[in-house]
Amino acid sequence: MSENLVLPLSTASARPATSAWQRLAFVLAGVALAVLPLFLLESFHLFQLTMAVIMALAVLGLNIVSGYNGQISLGHGAFFAVGAYVTAILMSHLDWSFWATLAPSAAICGLVGYGVGFPALRLGGLYLALTTFSLAVAVPQILKHKAIEDWTGGVQGLFITKPEPPTWLPLAITADQWMYLVTVGIAAACFLLAWNLIRGRIGRALMATRDHPTAAEAMGMDTATLKTRAFATSAMITGIAGSLSAVAVEFVAPDSFTFGVSITLFVGMVVGGVASILGSLFGGLFVLFVPNIAEAISKAAPGVIYGIILIAFLFILPDGFAGLLRRIAAKLRGR
Amino acid sequence: MDGLAHQVIAGIATGGIYASVALALVMIYQATHHVNFAQGEMATLSTFIAWSMVQAGMPYWVAFFGTVVVSFVIGVLVERILLRPVQNAPVLTHVGVFIGLLLIVGNLTGWVFGYTTKVFPTPFSSEKPIMGGLVSAHELGSTAVTLVVLTLVFLFFRYTSLGLAMRAAAYNPRSARLVGVRVGWMLALGWGLAAAIGAVAGMMVAPVVFLDPTMMLGILLYAFAGALLGGIDNPSGAVIGGFAVGVLENLAGAYVVGTELKLTVALAIIIGVLVVRPSGLFGRVVTSRV
Repeated sequence: MSENLVLPLSTASARPATSAWQRLAFVLAGVALAVLPLFLLESFHLFQLTMAVIMALAVLGLNIVSGYNGQISLGHGAFFAVGAYVTAILMSHLDWSFWATLAPSAAICGLVGYGVGFPALRLGGLYLALTTFSLAVAVPQILKHKAIEDWTGGVQGLFITKPEPPTWLPLAITADQWMYLVTVGIAAACFLLAWNLIRGRIGRALMATRDHPTAAEAMGMDTATLKTRAFATSAMITGIAGSLSAVAVEFVAPDSFTFGVSITLFVGMVVGGVASILGSLFGGLFVLFVPNIAEAISKAAPGVIYGIILIAFLFILPDGFAGLLRRIAAKLRGR
Repeated sequence: MDGLAHQVIAGIATGGIYASVALALVMIYQATHHVNFAQGEMATLSTFIAWSMVQAGMPYWVAFFGTVVVSFVIGVLVERILLRPVQNAPVLTHVGVFIGLLLIVGNLTGWVFGYTTKVFPTPFSSEKPIMGGLVSAHELGSTAVTLVVLTLVFLFFRYTSLGLAMRAAAYNPRSARLVGVRVGWMLALGWGLAAAIGAVAGMMVAPVVFLDPTMMLGILLYAFAGALLGGIDNPSGAVIGGFAVGVLENLAGAYVVGTELKLTVALAIIIGVLVVRPSGLFGRVVTSRV
């Protein structure tokens, strides 16, 4: 790929330059905002926030393949499940530490993602949605199957424990607080990686492949490789979120990974903002806290409200919550 | 050998259900190039409507035809209210709307009718065994109903002017518009018909799998598999595909993988068809010039 062919595209994503001081201020504010809940929230709410960050990470994974690359996946719950199970199996059967399971989890999810992304190449957008939808529906059944019951624990699932806070910390913190810090740290790292990926040459290639595959190919982009690798990366990130969720909940079972997880991630992506890194964060917060509120009305209410909000966003705010913020910001700046 | 024959016949009976749902999917796909992920949930809602009618004391066949009419109206309304405003939107929006519809209809059904499993009546029962006990009265009856529906749909599209107009609207909307076909309404009618066919399928399968809000999820998967196997743009292909998948599923369930992996069989069929022959057995191979 010749460099000057790619250059014209890069001007499109040019942003107003920020000084090093401004950047430092942003980072510090972000760190403060992330650490603050440690001191403000009691253990249950901290756990919920941990789960929200995990969901945000999973939505980020989905956003890379569906938002930025335009391959609609309705089955990301499957990768979430694979990540959770890899961590749970390694921790409970082989006594690995949580940290050690992250790399195998990411690798296996990446491989599975590659495996799903490969046939996806031959399918148009809709067929992929259909295949991944079927995958999501079939996952609990596969997890329950007798052949792998020795490893997966069958219907009963597996119990694991949260990592203990290390002793070298200056402050004595609880396991819940440590779990929150671990989650935020890993999520922040993944968000940063995704941010860099999307901002750079590969990100532009992903979007070009989404917006005009023929033109992208004519410009010399290997769309097939891009698509399968996007799928693998996306599965990897969602899988890491799954690993985190396994230790945060301290339990995995087939019925926690129904078709509903995939739908939740999809709803989170649309509501937060399709093709938006920041939107994934809003999506995670949304999918965790809105059902909690809605559940007070009825067991079925979260689903109904999800559906209504999903359709309302698609009709009124197709670029999601992040898009809304962007528009407000643009208006304020224009004044 | 009797076991095998029974599995094949039972497979044909369930295959009829898959064929109906597959036909409903293909009808919407042909007209709009979208796959209605909420088709199963809409059919479940219809079945619950039929159940309430029967509970209210209506005779079975009155409830049956009443439900078909109500489902038709629901289908038309869904197209007019939810799909029409986004007809030129990107695929992601459509998939999103279908998923939203699935969530709303599925959960509303659970909210209104409850999550407990209900027994759904069958109009077909017989004291003495049919064909030496190889086939149950309900299997025979539901296969007959499915075949009648499929024949009616075929006759409608082949021999009525409305059917011709609908085919024209699906095949070439712009030209159809120019000769005076009201394309928008044809799409809505297609949705209504699909919902009505789905309702029949739901009412025929409910006595077998029992009625609960998630009853159709697995069936929808098989219908997808059937539609893809037969070719998603070919209605008669989808019907044949549906029957084939029904038999395949039953044989695989009985002799190969057992009942716990039945959904995985559907997934395998879907992936297999898409990888080996994406246009299905009877579908048109589409090549486009860029």
